Amino acid sequence: MKTTIIQFPGSNRDRDMIAAITKIGGHAPFMAWHTDTSLPDSDLLIIPGGFSHGDYLRAGAIAARAPVMDAVRKAAKKGIRILGVCNGFQTLTESGLLPGALMRNAGLTFVCKEVRLEITNADNPFTSKYAQGEIIRCPVAHHDGNYFADAKTLKRVEGNGQVAFRYAEGTNPNGSINDIAGIFNEAGNVLGMMPHPENLIEPAHGGTDGRRLFEGALNMLESEMA
Amino acid sequence: MTVNNTQPITAELVSDHGLNEEEYKRIVELTEREPTYTELGIWSAMWNEHCSYKSSKKWLKTLPTEGPRVVHGPGENAGVVDIGDDDVIVFKMESHNHPSFIEPYQGAATGIGGILRDVFTMGARPIAAMNALRFGDPNHPKTRHLVSGVVSGIGGYGNSFGVPTVGGEVNFHPRYNGNILVNAFAAGLAKKDAIYISKAEGVGLPVVYLGAKTGRDGVGGATMASAEFDGSIEEKRPTVQVGDPFTEKCLLEACLELMATGAVIAIQDMGAAGLTCSAVEMGARGDLGIELILDDVPVREENMTAYEMMLSESQERMLMVLRPEKEAEAKAIFIKWGLDFAIVGKTTDDLRFRIQHQGVEVANLPIKKLGDEAPEYDRPWLEPGIHSPQPPHLFAPPHDYNAALVKILGSPDMCSRRWVWEQYDTLIQGNSLQLPGGDAGVVRVEGHDTKALAFSSDVTPRYVEADPYEGGKQAVAECYRNLIATGAEPLAATDNLNFGNPEKPEIMGQLVVAIRGLGEACLALDMPIVSGNVSLYNETNGEAILPTPTIGGVGLIDDHAKMARIGTADEGDVLFLVGTEATHLACSIYQREILGEESGPAPSVDLLMEKARGDFVLAAIRSDYASACHDISDGGLAIALAEMCMASGIGADCAIDITYPHAALFGEDQARYIVAVDDQWADMFAANSEGSGVSFARIGTIGGKNLKINDLIDISVTDMKSAHEAWFPDYMAGTLEG
Repeated sequence: MKTTIIQFPGSNRDRDMIAAITKIGGHAPFMAWHTDTSLPDSDLLIIPGGFSHGDYLRAGAIAARAPVMDAVRKAAKKGIRILGVCNGFQTLTESGLLPGALMRNAGLTFVCKEVRLEITNADNPFTSKYAQGEIIRCPVAHHDGNYFADAKTLKRVEGNGQVAFRYAEGTNPNGSINDIAGIFNEAGNVLGMMPHPENLIEPAHGGTDGRRLFEGALNMLESEMA
Repeated sequence: MTVNNTQPITAELVSDHGLNEEEYKRIVELTEREPTYTELGIWSAMWNEHCSYKSSKKWLKTLPTEGPRVVHGPGENAGVVDIGDDDVIVFKMESHNHPSFIEPYQGAATGIGGILRDVFTMGARPIAAMNALRFGDPNHPKTRHLVSGVVSGIGGYGNSFGVPTVGGEVNFHPRYNGNILVNAFAAGLAKKDAIYISKAEGVGLPVVYLGAKTGRDGVGGATMASAEFDGSIEEKRPTVQVGDPFTEKCLLEACLELMATGAVIAIQDMGAAGLTCSAVEMGARGDLGIELILDDVPVREENMTAYEMMLSESQERMLMVLRPEKEAEAKAIFIKWGLDFAIVGKTTDDLRFRIQHQGVEVANLPIKKLGDEAPEYDRPWLEPGIHSPQPPHLFAPPHDYNAALVKILGSPDMCSRRWVWEQYDTLIQGNSLQLPGGDAGVVRVEGHDTKALAFSSDVTPRYVEADPYEGGKQAVAECYRNLIATGAEPLAATDNLNFGNPEKPEIMGQLVVAIRGLGEACLALDMPIVSGNVSLYNETNGEAILPTPTIGGVGLIDDHAKMARIGTADEGDVLFLVGTEATHLACSIYQREILGEESGPAPSVDLLMEKARGDFVLAAIRSDYASACHDISDGGLAIALAEMCMASGIGADCAIDITYPHAALFGEDQARYIVAVDDQWADMFAANSEGSGVSFARIGTIGGKNLKINDLIDISVTDMKSAHEAWFPDYMAGTLEG
């Protein structure tokens, strides 16, 4: 599995993501710059967290229009796996690759804390290493993570089983509709999520619940997993 | 402001620049004529208290600044300390008090921006931040607005830049009603042989301007920071700068990338007094002159005068001297990051600071004299009075110990700061091992299997007010203890000295005597001061803040697998008090929260005992005996035990041999810790304490759902937690009862 991480000038969890891929997958990812018009041949593309262009406008709005996103759209169409975390999720909704939008947190402040996630759909490579309905720990760190979709879209997303994660009972940190924390596209090869699994992958982080997301995304065999 | 450079220099203009008659006379002598308007601005920027340390220099020189691990002490942008394996930690703390009071969001945000720049200017990637915040009375009508603005400003800047905030302090006191304190700390990691300093070398080399464009924001900011406030404070808003963390993040990456190419000879960030201070610093340090052509400075406003450009405090800007052969490579890096890159001048051999604007020389000054000849005052000072001792029987015991404990746990100064720290990204970079809420923040050193760094910021202003000498010692001692309690060897510290108007002898006395205390403690505890900042004139309408010398300490953990935390004790672990029974209730949280008074002497600090007990606790943690550890500070033993129980979610059963129960439980005697030890090691721990000559007592065991102390306290961990967690969110939501 070859992984490419896409960097915008204001990406700031790119280093966390490089560490996660390197520590879990065993080799360093390729890096792509926001002005690139083509991408290295890869099986997994990751848009990491951060403040891509400062996000003084809607988060991810400028990033969604960067040259590299045309290449990302093409890759999505080809079925290549794409993961957007936090600002990456915002960029994916802004670029139309995922439905809905991420609004300012209901509490109107930045929130960094641990929440619990329910695995809503484990029938996908990204979530395949978790059990359906399993509750895991995961941190969040964002200002604009309040997921919203209009009634029609929401019905479709829910009906198609596109909800990957929900904030478990009582831990919704941002007011997201239906407690949605992460969603797939209709084809199931694009995942956007607000929580940061890359910050909970080793004992020094206080837990390893985030690890299995990467093990699934990287198609790792049981024998390769730590 | 459009002012002609030929504007006559009147006495009023001189005084508006914060200069007195005597100082102006000296300026005319050094200039060898009447200065131009721009030159007056430059002199005033270089000679204000904020840049020149004219009131404090004499005393700062007495602080210990050297040690075997110190690579660069005070004088550079930040201190540099060796942590082994060719790595260094680069750190500093700096105040942004006045701007944060006027415009809390931007004031605090740019405070963070400034301290981060100080760190990465030296070639270090920031890995940790802390903030020491002091606000006025919670009931003061402005306080909530200031808390909200400052906290979101710190988060807004630090979170976007991408540095984890791992610690800090938040306190309330009416003496900060008109003058809050925002002290920002940042630390960065670099290789020992890749540190950059401001000293320029070589004649005729390009002086390059990098980063954001120059606007009129912050013109005169450093002069404002050196004056007292009065009722006209709102008029000063235009002197507050506006921050752009996205540009700062790009500037960080571009600077580190540029440094890696070997193009940088000297670099200086534009902080206080912007272009003026940075250019003068680079030239004067390197015994060179500097010539600037202001027409080449990237600007974002039209018709800016030379005066405005020289004094603008627009953020996210750097000045560098580059190797000319690397110019194209350097420019490409900055264009990649979308930043301005302009050659705005050159180094010269005439030791003059010359400024050209629109074909006219608007300033021509002796560059070395701008800094070197800055006035240095030996201001008159009064030795502070000393209180007589107050034994415990002078203080009333509480009617109900449980109620007293709950009241203290839920008081503004002692309650959980979760509402604050959850607005800061504490996890970014993936190296945070201990988050806010413990004794110190801990961040592992990337690229090492076992090494980590601990950070703590401390001072107890009410002690410093009561006794600047003991209070000064205590600030260092508490910082030392907080580092020790995680298993870190304290390495060095940065100081941020916040005081009132130094022209008043009693305020100057606080400063002088507090520095004496700080210095003695730093020496005794092997924590040299490697960087720092002085903020004076923290007064509004003649009332000074509590004297607040904040200490930011850094410690080294050699194996983070053995690190101690406050909440990791297990059922059955034995609790030890390292230290003796407390008797000191004057100036305590108990006195203030339960008896409604704040008076008497500060607790005294025995530095030898502090060191002996610290060494002992550190050795116990490093030998992996300690399952949990907590220092005893504000609120005394009972509060420390409660904090450990709340952090672990497990109760404790304590039977303690005591004489004065209220003093033993809530007294704030220094040099004390609680250590939890696995039952099987308890006898060995006790034997070792005895062998080391360290006083200790076995005080109880971990277990159950309640904290029980003798027949005085019996309360559930859940009840303590709800009291502890409630105050801050309720206060900020405006739903506080009573």
